[in-house]
Amino acid sequence: MSEEARTSGEAAASEGGPVPSGPTSGAGDATPLLRVRGVRKAFGENVVLDGIDLDVRPHQVIALIGASGSGKSTLLRTINLLEEVDDGDIWLDGEDICDPRVDANAVRARMGMVFQSYNLFGHLRVVENVALAQRLVHKVAREEAEARALAVLERVGLAHKARAFPDELSGGQQQRVAIARAIVSSPRLLLLDEVTSALDPELVGEVLELLTELRAEGRTMLIATHEMAFAREVADEVCFLHEGRIHEQGPAAQVLTDPHQPRTREFLRRMLAH
Amino acid sequence: MSDMRERAGGWEPSARQRERDALRRRAARRSTVTALLSTLVVTTLVVLAVVNTPGWPRVRKSFLDRDVAVASFPKVLEGLWLNVRVLVVAAVAIFFFALLLAICRTLRGPVFFPLRAAATAYVDLFRGLPLLLVLLVVGFGVPGLRIPGMTTSPVLLGGLAIVLTYSAYVAEVFRAGIESVHPSQVAAARSLGLTRTEAMRHVVLPQAVRRVVPPLLNDLVALSKDSGLISVLGAYDAIRAAQVVTSQYANFTPYIVAGFLFILLTIPLTRFTDAFARRSGWLGAQAGVAGGGALR
Repeated sequence: MSEEARTSGEAAASEGGPVPSGPTSGAGDATPLLRVRGVRKAFGENVVLDGIDLDVRPHQVIALIGASGSGKSTLLRTINLLEEVDDGDIWLDGEDICDPRVDANAVRARMGMVFQSYNLFGHLRVVENVALAQRLVHKVAREEAEARALAVLERVGLAHKARAFPDELSGGQQQRVAIARAIVSSPRLLLLDEVTSALDPELVGEVLELLTELRAEGRTMLIATHEMAFAREVADEVCFLHEGRIHEQGPAAQVLTDPHQPRTREFLRRMLAH
Repeated sequence: MSDMRERAGGWEPSARQRERDALRRRAARRSTVTALLSTLVVTTLVVLAVVNTPGWPRVRKSFLDRDVAVASFPKVLEGLWLNVRVLVVAAVAIFFFALLLAICRTLRGPVFFPLRAAATAYVDLFRGLPLLLVLLVVGFGVPGLRIPGMTTSPVLLGGLAIVLTYSAYVAEVFRAGIESVHPSQVAAARSLGLTRTEAMRHVVLPQAVRRVVPPLLNDLVALSKDSGLISVLGAYDAIRAAQVVTSQYANFTPYIVAGFLFILLTIPLTRFTDAFARRSGWLGAQAGVAGGGALR
């Protein structure tokens, strides 16, 4: 985390949403919801995360940008405990979740994760996809679970597709169902992994719009994305990852338009060239 | 094809399209006629060839005797009813035992090593042993142990042998199904907080079983015939009944009757299998992939 990047902050706070803590706030005015320190992860010889430090405060939206293979997805997966870290610490609400004694399922139940390829359960109807964790993990009775699922589907504009199977939906609709599935349990933190990368360009908008609304609701989100315009619009802060390290972190507008690090500049130039 | 198209928006096929459709219809008619003719010719040739063999009159008398067929039919049919019952009970037992074996083989972690190893050894053993051998060993060996309260019924022991052998095959079918479910499905389930067991039970298994329904039905068809093997233990099934009548009349016709009844039993099963495999929606996205129609 580079200090100089932090200083020039005005950025997305000017949007004036109901988001209480902006990127301009100095360190420590709100205890971080998520604290990542020195996280390292390698697959064989390939070091994917090489000492990551990151704080996510309540209601904050942080975008992770960087080339494919820079470690964005792996970082999200280690936070969700889908991968074990090789070293370093992760705290969620002050609890050290890397401790082998913590109940990983209970920790995961406090986060919502959305995947690039939706990963909806093909044998279950849309409403059952959303209600499954309510019933099994949160021990909600079936009728109540389905009622909650329907309410969230209403929220993402897909109540009319509740009885459909996932493969009867467009990609954008499937991803909105996946988001509904992630938020139905009111998670403390939402992890979004390239949620628009598998979508046709004309379907990206509906998903980004939904995420913008979720931000307005004050949800805390950590978003790995290739959509620079979206990152600038929705994120309070942007982190640039390169070869498993955060090379630059700061207010979205500053990192994306006036990056201090040559690596970031190089990456953005290539992104904009496309 | 053309009659299936919607005539929405006042669309009428162009002259060129009508010409194409007519050509396709003509080609389809031509292939039907060709198929019928060639079938007729081949069948006639085969029948003529068999009928004109020097031994045909005697074979006909000993295999296709109408009176013997009529006399044996009720007994063979009664025997087949035993086959059907063995088939149903064995199929259910195989389903659950095989599923258990498959799950044991896919368990991870050092704690489960003994289970995993046992399941693997079991599958290796019973896939390697001929079914007939297992039948004989179980059917005659188990009663020989003289365990108090142990059944000596050839039907039960024969059924047991069939379950033991078939479960090994079906377990491998299930395992293929389980391993075909993409790991991302497990990741999604785990990310929601489901335990490993819950993810297996609610996410992986339902999809795995659905995917392997066609090969499972195939095994069911094979099982319906192999249920006749319990006759070697003396169980009075269709084949055993045919054998008894055959020795009474010194005529093989009852075997033909039994064969005919087995075919009648399996044809609905195979047709059901085909129809099921074609049914889209239930089997997932691949079954109803758009396009590709003309290429299939």
